[in-house]
Amino acid sequence: MTEFLGTTGLVLNEPLLWERGRKGRSGFSLPRPDVERREPPAELVGEAPDVPDLSEVDVVRHYVRLSTWNFSVDTGMYPLGSCTMKYNPKTNERQAAHPGFAGAHPLLPAELCQGALQLYAALECILAEITGLDAVSLQPGAGAHGELAGMLVFHAHHKHQGRPRSKIIVPDTAHGTNPASAALCGYASVPVKSSERGVLAPEMVAAVMDEDTAGIMVTNPNTLGLFEENIKAVADIVHAKGGLVYGDGANMNAVLGKVDMGRIGIDVLHLNLHKTFSTPHGGGGPGAGPVCVRKHLEPFLPVPRVVVENGVFRLREDYPLSIGKLQAFWGNMGILIRAYSYIMSLGAKNLERASELAVLNANYIKERLKGTYQLEHDRICMHECVFSDKLQQAHKVSTLDIAKRLMDYGFHPPTIYFPLVVPGAIMIEPTETEPKENLDLFVASMKAIAAEARDNPEALHQAPTRCKRRRLDETTAARKPCLSG
Amino acid sequence: MRYLPHTPEDIAQMLEATGARSLDDFFAVIPPECRRERPMVLPEPLTEWELNAHIDELAGRMAGSRGYSVFLGAGSYEHFIPAAVGFLASRSEFVTSYTPYQPEMSQGTLQAIFEYQSLARRLLGMEVANASMYDGASALAEALLMAVRVTRRQAVAVSRTVHPLYRRVVRTYLDPTGIEVRELPFRPDGTTDPDGLGAVEEIAAVAVQSPNFFGAIEGLQTFADRAHAGGALLVGGFSEPLAFGLFKNPGSQGADIACGEGQSLGIPRSFGGPGLGMFAARMAHVRNMPGRLVGETTDLEGRRGFVLTLATREQHIRREKATSNICTNNSLCALTAAVYLSSLGGTGLRELARLNYDRGEHLKAGLAAAGVRLPFAAPTFNEFVAVLPQATHRRLMDARIVAGLPLAPHYPELPDHYLLCVTETMPRAEMDRLVREVQS
Repeated sequence: MTEFLGTTGLVLNEPLLWERGRKGRSGFSLPRPDVERREPPAELVGEAPDVPDLSEVDVVRHYVRLSTWNFSVDTGMYPLGSCTMKYNPKTNERQAAHPGFAGAHPLLPAELCQGALQLYAALECILAEITGLDAVSLQPGAGAHGELAGMLVFHAHHKHQGRPRSKIIVPDTAHGTNPASAALCGYASVPVKSSERGVLAPEMVAAVMDEDTAGIMVTNPNTLGLFEENIKAVADIVHAKGGLVYGDGANMNAVLGKVDMGRIGIDVLHLNLHKTFSTPHGGGGPGAGPVCVRKHLEPFLPVPRVVVENGVFRLREDYPLSIGKLQAFWGNMGILIRAYSYIMSLGAKNLERASELAVLNANYIKERLKGTYQLEHDRICMHECVFSDKLQQAHKVSTLDIAKRLMDYGFHPPTIYFPLVVPGAIMIEPTETEPKENLDLFVASMKAIAAEARDNPEALHQAPTRCKRRRLDETTAARKPCLSG
Repeated sequence: MRYLPHTPEDIAQMLEATGARSLDDFFAVIPPECRRERPMVLPEPLTEWELNAHIDELAGRMAGSRGYSVFLGAGSYEHFIPAAVGFLASRSEFVTSYTPYQPEMSQGTLQAIFEYQSLARRLLGMEVANASMYDGASALAEALLMAVRVTRRQAVAVSRTVHPLYRRVVRTYLDPTGIEVRELPFRPDGTTDPDGLGAVEEIAAVAVQSPNFFGAIEGLQTFADRAHAGGALLVGGFSEPLAFGLFKNPGSQGADIACGEGQSLGIPRSFGGPGLGMFAARMAHVRNMPGRLVGETTDLEGRRGFVLTLATREQHIRREKATSNICTNNSLCALTAAVYLSSLGGTGLRELARLNYDRGEHLKAGLAAAGVRLPFAAPTFNEFVAVLPQATHRRLMDARIVAGLPLAPHYPELPDHYLLCVTETMPRAEMDRLVREVQS
């Protein structure tokens, strides 16, 4: 490899905000005072905030320079497993920024926000159709917030049945947020191992499912990128004991138009609009985590619900069994508009096509890298595939070294050391928006790194060398935390 | 479809490499009983032009597009957002990156969030701020759960002047845990009654918001002193952090946790979301804090750099023992707030806060002179409560004025009470028009 993509540019240094600026500068066009100045009660007045004074040019240069230190989907391939880093369409940004929506106050009377409420109602119907479930709340602000909503629905359902339960089954392939969300409802997690095939075995679930167990949390396809082929049998076991089945929809991008979540026995499912439905991740958020349920659980959904009466949309509060509210207002409208725009741009056929191509891309990478890296489950995968560093360990090269070296080749590394069931996991999710030539370059880079691991392992231990920073000392950061300046 | 790059030749070659004959082969692993019985039925796809027209049509049926004067605050505020803020917060590199799990190629986000944490901490007068929560309401719920972890007590006290929708979110989070929520009454001047506190020794936290839901400035120090005397924490809440440009912040009045909504700081109202959950605490409690933290460190060559840190509190490592389940937060909104704050600067922040205060006082004086009763005597920042007959409120609506939020749905004892807000963006002529219309 003589050509390195994306890592040879001019990268400027930039100090911290407060190391810039001069007292008295301003980057803000303050309005002229047009009313009488009044003196607030002196005992209530505080010190002037300790925020640096900068000019508009100072601010613009500062943040533009910082932005150049980031790798993003718009920069290049970002095959972060379980995160679905697909392209974020620009038209969606335009739609969300529309002044009619962006400037809308959340507490307007219903007659003054019909456009937003209609969009809510339409998106709820669309997500119900896509998942095969019956009712949707758009209120949760992120995937884990959707999980919390789902667990609260479980809790409310069992309480309503007069039989509160204390445990929940969580497979070992689950996202870390699953047990954490369940814990907020007081549920103790009961772990279940996946089988040698990397999926749930019905008998393993049957062995732990009892009438004190609220249900099970399943990610399907799971975090090994495999379809939980026994899901229906698992759901039957859980339902037979009065439990409910939670579906973590983080991996929905694999099965749009293919799987009916209602038919396979999922009672509650959350979607990550910032994964499957193309809304940007924003360096960690905001996202949106709508929660979808089957008919019998609809009364428990968060309030308010959007309803239409005589052709007029409004927010309705009177659902006595509802779990309540999860955010002050109605959900992350800015994100919901983007997801709606994405779905309206693609339509049913292209959404299904997106899943097919996401799965094709993952299987292509899996086949091309098989043998170069240890493939954990050598069978058809869904939208992602999981390798490990087993073949590189002889050269004292780890998954971390491989990931860091990949940066020098101009790629964001895959998810590493997750799922926990695969030691040294390298979890690759290319998504459907990467063309074949990018996948080929990625494969070539991964093969070059495997060769380096054998011939020049030190290059990997030293990596990355072409980023803004070399490896960072995370141990000291945690031991002696410096969390603000 | 312009987001799907595969040509038929690409697909053919890739299928060959995988040994599959068709795309359907990959889905053969899904048992028939799991498959959809029919294809999805969704609206026909729109071109980019058609989508623009469709969204324009929907957005056209919103108040802002119809020339209304909106005097609404109540946790969502209209403030002027400089073009530079939107421009910088729209940089692709910030917008389309993930959580900075790989710090070497995410230094932009990491430094920006470190700076946000620093500015948030300073604005709130606290020792440490996290990288953000979802919104003010969920931040308050998490603050109360944190206080329960710190004190190991099973009850919390929340003032009735805390935003009523925040209190409902608190109930949602706390109900299944069995933690008791006690509500503190308010006094005739619109501020929380400290004598309503009762036995502080039983409670984990006292939560008071300032400016409170009625816009009134609360004296947090009294509550801090009483809470601390009984071993409880003071949670200082807020929904309008611009007020701290002028009035005392929670940290300077003894708050142990400060949390609230940061939408005011350069983030569009966007019908209520996404906003910015701000969360700050004392360093002594940092290991009980929810949410992500960015910390400073050095790289192999000794250069300053930033990483996500103290992850042992988080669900990736601690799973069900994590301090919170929050993973995705509102990072880009935090970055936006930092850009906004740095554009204003300390000097500008004070001036803008004064302008808001002055305009609130101007409208209060105008309404009072017009004979409108302002029931609460406590000082306010940029919103306040006025008593208007329902008929007047309706008449104003006909005149395209949304004269505040009716309080009766949240406070049945306050019929005909409306919460009005005025910021620097409301033209004086519109305020004066409101006063005239009330009189007519």
